[in-house]
Amino acid sequence: MGSLFTPLSWNDTGFILQGVLNTVYISVLAIVVGSVLGLIMGFIRSISNNYTNFVLGSVLDILRIVPLIIQLILFSTFVGVIGHPLLPFASGSIILSLYTMAFMTEVFRAGFDNVSGSMRIAARSLGMNYRQSIRYVVLPIGMRSVFPSWMGVALSVIKDSALVSVIGYMELLRTSEQLITRTQQPLEILLGVGLFYFLISYPLSEFGRYVERKMAI
Amino acid sequence: MGDYEFHWLIVYQALPQMLNGAFVTLHVAVFSMLLGIAFGVLLALGKMSKYRMPNIIATAWVEIARNTPALFQIYMAYFGLGAFGIHLSPYMAVLCALTFVNSGYLTETFRGGFQAIPRTQYVASWSLGMKKVQSYRYIILPQMFRRVYYPMTNQFIWSILMSSLGILVGMGELSGETQRLQSLSFRTLEFFIVAAIMYYVITKLVLFSADIMSRRLFKGEI
Repeated sequence: MGSLFTPLSWNDTGFILQGVLNTVYISVLAIVVGSVLGLIMGFIRSISNNYTNFVLGSVLDILRIVPLIIQLILFSTFVGVIGHPLLPFASGSIILSLYTMAFMTEVFRAGFDNVSGSMRIAARSLGMNYRQSIRYVVLPIGMRSVFPSWMGVALSVIKDSALVSVIGYMELLRTSEQLITRTQQPLEILLGVGLFYFLISYPLSEFGRYVERKMAI
Repeated sequence: MGDYEFHWLIVYQALPQMLNGAFVTLHVAVFSMLLGIAFGVLLALGKMSKYRMPNIIATAWVEIARNTPALFQIYMAYFGLGAFGIHLSPYMAVLCALTFVNSGYLTETFRGGFQAIPRTQYVASWSLGMKKVQSYRYIILPQMFRRVYYPMTNQFIWSILMSSLGILVGMGELSGETQRLQSLSFRTLEFFIVAAIMYYVITKLVLFSADIMSRRLFKGEI
């Protein structure tokens, strides 16, 4: 009897690899864009007064509190409704970047706040102007101190990128889902996928821990 | 806004079902948290123990839970376990996966909490004639939980948000219920806006009550 299902074969490697690349692609994009935006927002938050902070904080709060999956569905429906439907990749990377930004903002804000006032004053008294003191003193010192938390957020973005499959982006988990539908071998495929995420995530988290330990001393 | 018309009445009529979904969300979050705390304490003790076996199990559990997506773990529980002839309902699959993640993250938190307690506290409790179990029960654990109260609150928020992944395995929590309801009327935008607001309100309420509880529990200490 000709079966509807065909077993897993070596021909599927390319398909899976494409999923792997797509996962890496969208995660790196979201981390880079989210970090840049987060750096700017974090800087704004650290220098602005209570009122601006309150407004900014509540907007970022929404991005952090509403589950990513709901944000993705809402956004991709919304762009459809206003008549400009986007590709899954586009809406996925926009929302994932904004989501990353919301977390990165807090990370970088803590970094800026870590640099004490006297250090800034010392920089200014060396004859640096404001921009120089930020560029050569506050940024290097503040950013180094928050590297472990930056790493934590980046790792969680790699894992959260799996959710972009919901709106149809063919990343790793979705390719595996399709293979499962065709082959009916969920365990092998899922274990492989899990192993892959682990192989990306584990070395990075070990590296983060290593840096943290080194900085603690 | 184009020519889109919002129809809020349908959402209003479905509100009882959505609230029911929100209840399931809280339900699964609370249970996965309680189980996660129990496993987390055991795993933290395992990780600190001088024996090899508990150490290996705890380390493997923690690293897998922390380094793979929660969605993968839900899929694993829902589709993967089928290979062993274990067929879980969506609710059970999500509960298992969330418990797995929660205990993985809480283990590290608890380990930090245990290590922050001075060694003298253990020694003092033994010198009072307490057995090991008693000293943990009356001296160590209460202090440990006090130290990790805020990280634990955070983890609880995460489990509320992670339970939204139940939508993908057809579970009847807030997201899944919203998905089901919107598929009856195709008012996707309206339904998910309301769901987003509900998640926001639930999370804020949990944070608020955690704050009040901490004041009553700790009375200004820490």
